[in-house]
Amino acid sequence: MPVLQLKALTRTFGAFKAVDNVDLLIRDGEFVSLLGPSGCGKTTTLRMIAGFTDPTAGSIEVDGRVLSSASGSLPPEKRGMSMIFQSYAIWPNMTVGQNVGFGLEIRKIPADQAKKRIAEVLDVVQMGHLADRYPAELSGGQQQRVALARAIVVNPAVLLLDEPLSNLDANLREEMRSEIRRLHEALKITTVYVTHDQAEAMATSDRIAVMNKGRIEQVDAPYIVYSRPKTRFVAGFIGRTNFITAKREAGAVRFDGFAIPADRFSDLPGIADLTFSLRPQSLKLERTAATINGRLPIAGQVTKRVFLGEHWDYTFQPVNSGLHLKVAAAPSDVFEVGSSAVLALDPALLVAIE
Amino acid sequence: MTDTTIGQDRGQASIQVPRPAAEQSRTFDWTLLVWLLFAAILVLIVVNPILRLVWESVATEDGGLTLDNYVKAYSRTRYWQALINTVVMGLGTAALAAVLAVPLAWACVRTDMPGRGFVRLSVLAAFIIPPYLSAVGWVLLAGPNSGWLNKVWMALTGAPHGIFNIYSLAGLITIMGLHLFFFIFVFTSSALELVSSEMEDAANVLGAGPVKTAFKITLPLITPAIIGGLIIIFLQSIALFGVPAIIAIPARYPVVTTQLTEFFSNNRVDLAAAYALPLLLITMSLLGLQRWMLARKGFTVVGGKGGERRLVKLGAWRWVMFGYALLVSVLAVFMPLTVLIQAAFSKAWGRGFAFDNLTLSHVNFILFEHQGAVPALVRSILYAGTAAFAALALALVIAYIVKRNLLKGGQVLAFLCMAPFVIPGIILAIGFYAAYAPPPLALAGTALIIIVAFTTRLLPIAYQNSVAGLSSIHVEMEEAVRILGGGRWLAVRRVVAPLLKRSLVGAWILIFVPACQELSTAIFLSGPKNRVLSVLIFDFSEEGKFEQLAVLGGLLLIITVIIVAIGFRIVGRDFMLRRQ
Ligand SMILES: Nc1ncnc2c1ncn2[C@@H]1O[C@H](COP(=O)(O)OP(=O)(O)OP(=O)(O)O)[C@@H](O)[C@H]1O
Ligand SMILES: [Mg+2]
Repeated sequence: MPVLQLKALTRTFGAFKAVDNVDLLIRDGEFVSLLGPSGCGKTTTLRMIAGFTDPTAGSIEVDGRVLSSASGSLPPEKRGMSMIFQSYAIWPNMTVGQNVGFGLEIRKIPADQAKKRIAEVLDVVQMGHLADRYPAELSGGQQQRVALARAIVVNPAVLLLDEPLSNLDANLREEMRSEIRRLHEALKITTVYVTHDQAEAMATSDRIAVMNKGRIEQVDAPYIVYSRPKTRFVAGFIGRTNFITAKREAGAVRFDGFAIPADRFSDLPGIADLTFSLRPQSLKLERTAATINGRLPIAGQVTKRVFLGEHWDYTFQPVNSGLHLKVAAAPSDVFEVGSSAVLALDPALLVAIE
Repeated sequence: MTDTTIGQDRGQASIQVPRPAAEQSRTFDWTLLVWLLFAAILVLIVVNPILRLVWESVATEDGGLTLDNYVKAYSRTRYWQALINTVVMGLGTAALAAVLAVPLAWACVRTDMPGRGFVRLSVLAAFIIPPYLSAVGWVLLAGPNSGWLNKVWMALTGAPHGIFNIYSLAGLITIMGLHLFFFIFVFTSSALELVSSEMEDAANVLGAGPVKTAFKITLPLITPAIIGGLIIIFLQSIALFGVPAIIAIPARYPVVTTQLTEFFSNNRVDLAAAYALPLLLITMSLLGLQRWMLARKGFTVVGGKGGERRLVKLGAWRWVMFGYALLVSVLAVFMPLTVLIQAAFSKAWGRGFAFDNLTLSHVNFILFEHQGAVPALVRSILYAGTAAFAALALALVIAYIVKRNLLKGGQVLAFLCMAPFVIPGIILAIGFYAAYAPPPLALAGTALIIIVAFTTRLLPIAYQNSVAGLSSIHVEMEEAVRILGGGRWLAVRRVVAPLLKRSLVGAWILIFVPACQELSTAIFLSGPKNRVLSVLIFDFSEEGKFEQLAVLGGLLLIITVIIVAIGFRIVGRDFMLRRQ
């Protein structure tokens, strides 16, 4: 049963298309991230879902009911959603308990019930002992937890988050993103999460919608977005990758310096000029071809290397080829610059992109 | 229109699904009505008085157009002379104010001069003593022969005549400079607070000493602020009514405001209007100039983030600096205040400090016997308080509309709110008189006309403060209320209002205090039934009843100090010394 559907959603500011013809279907209880670089229209999309911004074309529907369209929108207060803002927007004139209880008060929940519910939710976010504090007396992470509690206490139909972790330091960010995921597993609230941080999106989401220049380029589960990017933008934005071009020939695909039989690929578009994305992590350097089984051996030499602590960053040049491929290797796999090596390539990991 | 539940019920209070948008009827666009309402109010209180002023200046009796009034208003050398005199006075005042304020501001912000807090307080005190009151104080101090300073001089030297004469251009400039230097002080300190020590260190490293650094690096950085302050002081001084009326008339040094009064009291509102318009034009163009200057990029160096600031160590010079600061406070605050207090409790102020000269009879007379004094006091508080509320309420709603982009054309409303800033009080008064004194409204002599005129006059301060207050509240604070199901009104009531409370109290005081002391506008609009304290004080000065005047002035000061002290408690000590 679909809960939230964006249909050809478009928003322009003057002549500028901030959100361009976005289609997205978010299922009940699903956690979907909008991931993309700064200015790609994530916040604008989220604010349209919340009802703070009206679309210029297209619509937003919940269970088939139109909430927003170019001809009129339901105001935010009537949507039964919750939102966590980038600034947290915790009300400094109210205590933690009052902040969390405000949504219940608006819904006219009787005081005794509300009190129980507030305590329950504050416990969920591990803030039960701080209910009487004022926001000014809280740390950034604690404020974040209050914002979370305030948003989930009303059992929203949809939970919206706009870069909720961008103001926190790195450690806290990691802690809070597993916290957000944990809460989602427990409550299964339909969630739209805006971020420009791919690790955050990966760690929290059921599916990621990658946005670029107002458009959605791909919507898939995190590991698919990573391993099977559909477009050059998605492949380049998420993780590091090698882009290599190739030509389709009879029965084979010809790269610069080597060719691979066509039947070794999982799916090949039927066009002559191809571009592939190849993750450095999906490549392996070996000393001799003998150790490679099942993969294609490509001879060449190491032209550059950088040690990054958790792994080596090699640049590998195949024999008779102008390609310079980035290859990641474990710290113990040491190759000198200039030494010959064999690259183990699994054609199934070559992803053809548009 | 039945409510249904979204998703599964997860065991908690179920969430009501909103009604579908399709059912919403597109209702009448009420925003236009709101805009019209506020535009109408602003036209009534801002635009109409000025239009009437312009109209009076060019209209003939039978409704035709004429430039006659302009010819008359500028045909006599006396009228021209007043204009030139005014400019000279304004320039002199601005120059004196800069000499007084810039060293003090630098010493208070950037050096280890002792008693910096005390100096700041005296600067504030110099400003909250109404200028007409210090003018009277200075008459008692430096009136020809009879003034205290002259008596001391004659006693010390045996000279037959005193050497000071307050009834002179120099006297006029001294009194105004000692009151208005506040503005340069505030502008300059704010600018200095943004100059980081690193900029000065850079010069020191290159071998410049502290004095050279101050002149070569620091001074140029704050020059735009100083010039801005000079312009404000020039404009304030040429628009001031009380000091010239007390000093310039006996000095036979006519200025524009005294000339305007003369036209006005001869019932020639048309001539007054024609004569006032150049003053309005000067004000508008100078303020335009100031804006243009501040907008230029030289100032943005100062606008950057401050960086670290260390205090300059003055060594023995710190005492010289403190001596200078002390001298300024003595001249601006303590001397005028002392002689006024002495007068308030003396049988005759000229007989000096002696026990047999002490009396409470003036206090008694003002509080219990004089018919007009207590009512005037009550009116001052009432009118100023009401005007402050009205100005703030109006400004706040408009600022909210503009900041939250609720209406198209909000900027027009904002512009009208700020427009009275360029209208000198005396011109506003003539405009109000022309617009609302005659029938059909016939508001002359009523409380309403004074309250509304005060409201108009202080609307810009109210608007600036409202915008500043609202800017400090993140929009998301309100959006958080709305997404949880509260309407805009609930967001305003439960979040915006409580968060604005403190800055609104500050703003109210910033409006109330000047309104309570206001003379330039009130003098033209008041009659026997709506006479406020400032006007009564001015009447007493014309009659030479300085002892009773001193008691009245004391009352006004006591109210002012109480209100300002409350402000200190609630909003913090700095709220009046910040650049608005
Ligand atoms: N009210 C507005 N008026 C004009 N342009 C706007 C407005 N709001 C957003 N934009 C523009 O629309 C584009 C998308 O903005 P949006 O805030 O949605 O980006 P974002 O993806 O959230 O970026 P970030 O990661 O920086 O928050 C930007 O180029 C922005 O300048
Ligand atoms: Mg954003």
